[in-house]
Amino acid sequence: MIASVLFDAWLRTLTLQDHNTRVVVIATTLLGFAAGAIGSFTLLRRRALMGDALSHAMLPGIGLAFLVAPALGLQAKSLPVLLGGAVASGLVGTFAILLIRHQTRLKEDAALGIVLSVFFGAGLAILGLVQQTPGGHAAGLESFIYGKTASVTTYDALWIAGTAAATILIVVLFAKELTLLCFDDSYARARGFSVVLLDILLMSSVVMVTVVGLQAVGLILMIALLVTPAAASRFWVNRIIPMLWLSAIIGAVSCLGGSLLSAGVAELPSGATIVLTAAALFFVSLLLGTERGILVRWIHRRSMRLKTDRQHVLRGLYEIVESYRFKNLATDSSRPGQSSKNQVSRSFDGEESAFANHESLVSIVDLFSMRTWSKLRLKRELKRCQADGLIKMQQETVCLTAAGREAANRATREHRLWELYLITHADVAPSRVDHGAERIEHVLEPEMIAELEQLLPASSTRSQVPDCPHSETDSIAGDALPQGLQSRGVR
Amino acid sequence: MTDIPLSISDLTVAYHRKPVIWDIAVNIPPGTLVGVVGPNGAGKSTLLKACLDLIPVTSGRVEFFGKAYQEVRHRVAYVPQRESVDWDFPILAIDVVAMGLYRQIGWFLPVRKRHLQTAQAALDRVGIGDLANRQISQLSGGQQQRVFLARALVQQADLYLMDEPFAAVDAATETAIVEILKQMKTDGKTAVVIHHDLQTVRDYFDYVILLNMRVVAAGAVDEVFTNENLQKTYGGRLTLLDQATEAMRRREIKT
Repeated sequence: MIASVLFDAWLRTLTLQDHNTRVVVIATTLLGFAAGAIGSFTLLRRRALMGDALSHAMLPGIGLAFLVAPALGLQAKSLPVLLGGAVASGLVGTFAILLIRHQTRLKEDAALGIVLSVFFGAGLAILGLVQQTPGGHAAGLESFIYGKTASVTTYDALWIAGTAAATILIVVLFAKELTLLCFDDSYARARGFSVVLLDILLMSSVVMVTVVGLQAVGLILMIALLVTPAAASRFWVNRIIPMLWLSAIIGAVSCLGGSLLSAGVAELPSGATIVLTAAALFFVSLLLGTERGILVRWIHRRSMRLKTDRQHVLRGLYEIVESYRFKNLATDSSRPGQSSKNQVSRSFDGEESAFANHESLVSIVDLFSMRTWSKLRLKRELKRCQADGLIKMQQETVCLTAAGREAANRATREHRLWELYLITHADVAPSRVDHGAERIEHVLEPEMIAELEQLLPASSTRSQVPDCPHSETDSIAGDALPQGLQSRGVR
Repeated sequence: MTDIPLSISDLTVAYHRKPVIWDIAVNIPPGTLVGVVGPNGAGKSTLLKACLDLIPVTSGRVEFFGKAYQEVRHRVAYVPQRESVDWDFPILAIDVVAMGLYRQIGWFLPVRKRHLQTAQAALDRVGIGDLANRQISQLSGGQQQRVFLARALVQQADLYLMDEPFAAVDAATETAIVEILKQMKTDGKTAVVIHHDLQTVRDYFDYVILLNMRVVAAGAVDEVFTNENLQKTYGGRLTLLDQATEAMRRREIKT
C-alpha cells in the first residue's frame, strides 16, 4: 500500500507531471549546465576555491537583507532583496581576500580560509538573530545553506533560468579570451588584453551562478557544482572547448538527477542529492575516462608490462640456446676439419637445424635462473607465449617455434643494438650497460631502431643479431657455458 | 629616429622596493639580432617584462618604434619563458599558436579555418607541423618552445622579444630557432633574445647587451663581447649594491 503510494509519487516526479516540479527541475538543470561551463574556467584559472569563499561570504548578506529590508519598505522575504544582499556581502568577502593578500605577506589559501570562516560565522550569528524576530522562524533562510529545490517557486525558477542563460552567453562570447586568460595571463597582458577585466568577468559569472544556485544547492555545497563537473570532464577530453561543454552536460545531468532524487525521495536535501550525483559522475569519469581515467592508464601499463615480460622470456631463450651453441661450437672446432667459429653465423636466422636438435629444448629451470623474476610471472608469460604460437612446452622444457625464433631474434637484436649504442655513443661501461638498456629498449619504436641501425654500421644486415657486447662470449669458446649462464643469472 | 625598434632610457624596476634593474639605457638598432647576457638574477627577464608593461616600472621610459608600447603592440611579439605556463593545460599545439591571432580575430568571434591555416603554416615553419593536433603536454620541451615561437611568428611583428628560447632545448630545436632568427634578420626584423650559453653568442647574435642589474656594456658583439666585459658582468657580483637592496627589503618586511 505504502509502496504503491511512493511509487506513484516517484512516477509523478520522474515524468514531471507536476507543473511546479517541472519548472524547478528544468531551471536547476540549466543552472548545472551554466555552473559546469563557467566552472571549467575557474578550475583552469586555479580559482576554484575562490568560488567557495564567495558562496560562504554570501550568508551574512542574506540575513542582513532580511533584517533591514522591512525598514526600507521592502518585502523581507522577496528573493531579489535576499539575493541582492548575498551578492553585496559576497563581493565584500572577495574584496577582503584580495586586500589580505596584497597588504600582508599571507598566501591566498590563508586569506581564503580566514574570510570564508569569518563570513560564514557572522552569517550564522545573524541567522540566529533572524530566528528571534517575529516571522523569522518561518522565513526558511536555512534553505540557502543546505539547498532546497522544494522551496523554489516558479518565479524563482525564471530567475535561475535567466541567469544561467546569461552565463552561458558570456562563456560563448568570451571563450577565446577566457582560455587565453587561464592558459597564459602574462602573454594576454602583453597582447593588450586586460587581465583584470577578464578576471572580473569570470568572477562575476561565478557570483551570478552561485547566487541563484543558493536556493537549489545551498551555499555550502555550491562549490561542488563549480568544481566537480569540470574535474570530471578533464578525464575525457584534452581540449578546452569540448571540456567546457562536457563539463556543462555533467553539471546539468547532476542537477537533473539530484533534483529528481530529492523530489522523489522526500526529506532529502536537494543540495546533497545533486552533489552526490555529481560525485558519482566524477567517480565514473575517474575510472573510465578515455584520456586520463585510471582504467585506461592501467590497461596501458599492463600491456607495457606484458610486452616487457614477453621480451625478457624471448631474449632469455635466445641467450640460453646461443650459449648451448657456443659450447657445441667449442667441441666441434676442437675436431680437425670442422668449420671454424667465424663461418658459423651466431644468429639462428636461416639455421633451422640449430633448433631442430635437442639442444634447443630449454629447461624452465635454466630460463628461471636467467634473471630475477617470480616463477609465477614467468609461467604465466610462457603460457601466453604458447597460446600465441611462439613456443612449445613439454613438461619442464620449452622450445621456440619458427615464429618464436623470429620474435626472439628481434627482441635480442633490439636489446643489443641499444647496448651497443650506449657503449659507443653514451660512454656507458660495458659491464653496466645491460641494466641501462633494459629500461629503455621496451619502448623503442621502429623509427628509433632504424636510426640505431644507421648509427651502428657493424649491424647493417637487417635481421642479424649482434654479439652480446658485454658477455664473455669471446672466451666462451672453452667450456664456459655454466659460468656464462651463472654470471648473467645473478645480475 | 622613429625607426629604432626599442629605445630604453633610465629604466629602473623594483620588486617590493628591492631594485632589480637600475638605470637601463640602451637603443636597439633595427635589423639586428640582439643577445641579452648576464648571470642568474641579473634582471634579464625583468627587463623584457618591464618593456612590455607586464610589471610596474619605478622610473624611466621605453619606446617601441618611437611610440608607447600600447600604440604599436601589433609590431611587437613576445615569447615568454617556457616555464611560465602549465603545459598540462587541455589545449592542442595549434590552438596555442592561434592565440597569437586573437587580437586580429577580434572580440566575440571564434577562431576560424583560415586562422588555423595560418597557425599550421607557422608550425610548419618551426618544423613541427605534424604535431599540430597533439595536446601540449605530449610535446618535448624543445617542441613546446617551438610552439611558443610559432605563436609569436603568426603575429608578423617587426620586433621579437624572446625570454630564453634556447633554455633546455634539444639540438634540432636550437637549429630551428637559429634558422628562424637568421630569416628574421634577412627580412629586416629585429630580435632581442635572452641567452645563457656564452659559447654561442658570437655565432647567433650581432649585437649584445651584457646585463647585471645595470648595463655593463652594450654594442656590436665584436667590440663588446670581450673577456674584460664578461669578467665585469659575471665576476664579483655587485656585492655592495646587493647588500644595500637586501637591507632595504628586510627593513620593508619589519615595518
